[in-house]
Amino acid sequence: MGELRLMKGNEVIAEAAIRCGCDGYFGYPITPQSEIMETLMDREPWNETGMVVLQAESEIASIHMVHGAAGSGKKVMTSSSSPGISLMAEGISYIAGAELPCLIVNVQRGGPGLGTIQPSQADYFQSTKGGGHGDYRLIVLAPSSVQEMNDFVETGFKLAFKYRNPAMILTDGVIGQMMEKVVLADYIPRVTDEEIDRRHGSWVTNGRKPHRERNIITSLEMDSLKMEQNNIRLQDKYAKMEEEDVLFEEVQCEDAEYLLVAFGSSARICQKAVDQCREKGIKVGLLRPITLFPFPKKPIAALAKQVKGMLVVEMNAGQMVEDVQLAAGCMIPVKHFGRMGGIIPSPAEVVEALEQKLIGG
Amino acid sequence: MTEEIIIAGFGGQGVLSMGKILAYSGVMANQEVSWFPSYGPEMRGGTANVTVILSDNRISSPVLNEYDTAIILNQQSMDKFEQHVKPGGVLIYDPNGIIHPPKRADINIYKIEGTLIAAELGNVKTFNMVVLGAYLKAKPVVKMESVEKGLEKSLPTRHHYLIPMNLQAVQKGFESLELVHGVS
Repeated sequence: MGELRLMKGNEVIAEAAIRCGCDGYFGYPITPQSEIMETLMDREPWNETGMVVLQAESEIASIHMVHGAAGSGKKVMTSSSSPGISLMAEGISYIAGAELPCLIVNVQRGGPGLGTIQPSQADYFQSTKGGGHGDYRLIVLAPSSVQEMNDFVETGFKLAFKYRNPAMILTDGVIGQMMEKVVLADYIPRVTDEEIDRRHGSWVTNGRKPHRERNIITSLEMDSLKMEQNNIRLQDKYAKMEEEDVLFEEVQCEDAEYLLVAFGSSARICQKAVDQCREKGIKVGLLRPITLFPFPKKPIAALAKQVKGMLVVEMNAGQMVEDVQLAAGCMIPVKHFGRMGGIIPSPAEVVEALEQKLIGG
Repeated sequence: MTEEIIIAGFGGQGVLSMGKILAYSGVMANQEVSWFPSYGPEMRGGTANVTVILSDNRISSPVLNEYDTAIILNQQSMDKFEQHVKPGGVLIYDPNGIIHPPKRADINIYKIEGTLIAAELGNVKTFNMVVLGAYLKAKPVVKMESVEKGLEKSLPTRHHYLIPMNLQAVQKGFESLELVHGVS
């Protein structure tokens, strides 16, 4: 059993990175996630585990440092908030193209542009549909508690290495800034260079060894037939993610007549809305996608046969609602309720929206 | 038991740290807790608020639109949060700087002369602990020994010599709460 602490979500990301044997963090400060690097700098993990923590000159430099370090088979990460992630988009596409594992944390704020420093979930499209160019996907994990901020660092790295694909923790200013109780993970030692050779010798560029061919890390392939094979390989990988690694949570769905669908901090607000609806005698459940890609299509399709309507609650103008509509397949009304600009919807607003949009009260 | 609290005032009054010590006290009492601050452009002199929830059960939303208790430490926060106290709930305020006192007839209203008492104690920085003590008189959600443990946990070791003074302020606040209007 790990250590119990009261911590901010952002601080927990840093602590979890150190404890899970992360080799390197490269980042650039931006609100509302600056506590991640602040905590790392304060903890000085280079003295403890040998982990490198480096403030780069920009987000663009950070993501390319991640690209290089990931190529050597190391467990590396970066973090930023929305505008900073946009700056990293090119690098993320390259990392996905080069098939390298890494962890990217996006503590979202409102946009577009510099927008606001207040919380938002408006980067759903950017995170799940690309963001950078080309046919690629990220593994996207959406924590809804400080505990999950801890847990998903290790989960993110595991999935990133399983698929040799960048994984993202998509969270926002609410979870990043709030404090909750958290049981910290136990320390896992950093992977040794010998172990990296043994596990990842087929692709890492950590110096050519006498017993193996030269490894090349690149996203470039000028031969279209070969490039198409690369694309097919990537798509097969994404299909495998959809088969094997979908995560979601169902809350009071067994007898639900209406369903709320929400991720991250919105899901926390919706949990309270479920309680308030049930006090009023409305049978409401909540489906919380935990992986936004791969998306939990099957449970939504199953619930579409059970409930009279779905309300997708997001702090944006309506993004995940499109995926829910696709999964539900036009069988029932699937509506959206959202606030923007850094406004966090209250549970009462969610209840009111559900009554208006689905029940017609 | 679930207690949903908003603490609101000026940045620099110790609003966030008061919430933090309360949250730590809840952790020490084995409760579920959440602490969600207003963050960003707030600074000394600006407004600051924090939502603290203590519960025996899993906490759903850390963001609320109505509260069991509002602890209000400036006029702007009174204007904003008086209307968001649940009927039958509690509003505690420091009259210092309050031009328009609370008017709600359906809630319990208390005042605490936190600014004056902290000055009398000889350290104005203990203001937030005086208010915390007053709150614990109105709503004994955590025991005094949990507050002591909470202070130990939330303060860095180099500041532990300040704990007795802070506990004295909590005690003084506990003794100095005045009921202005009661409904229950």
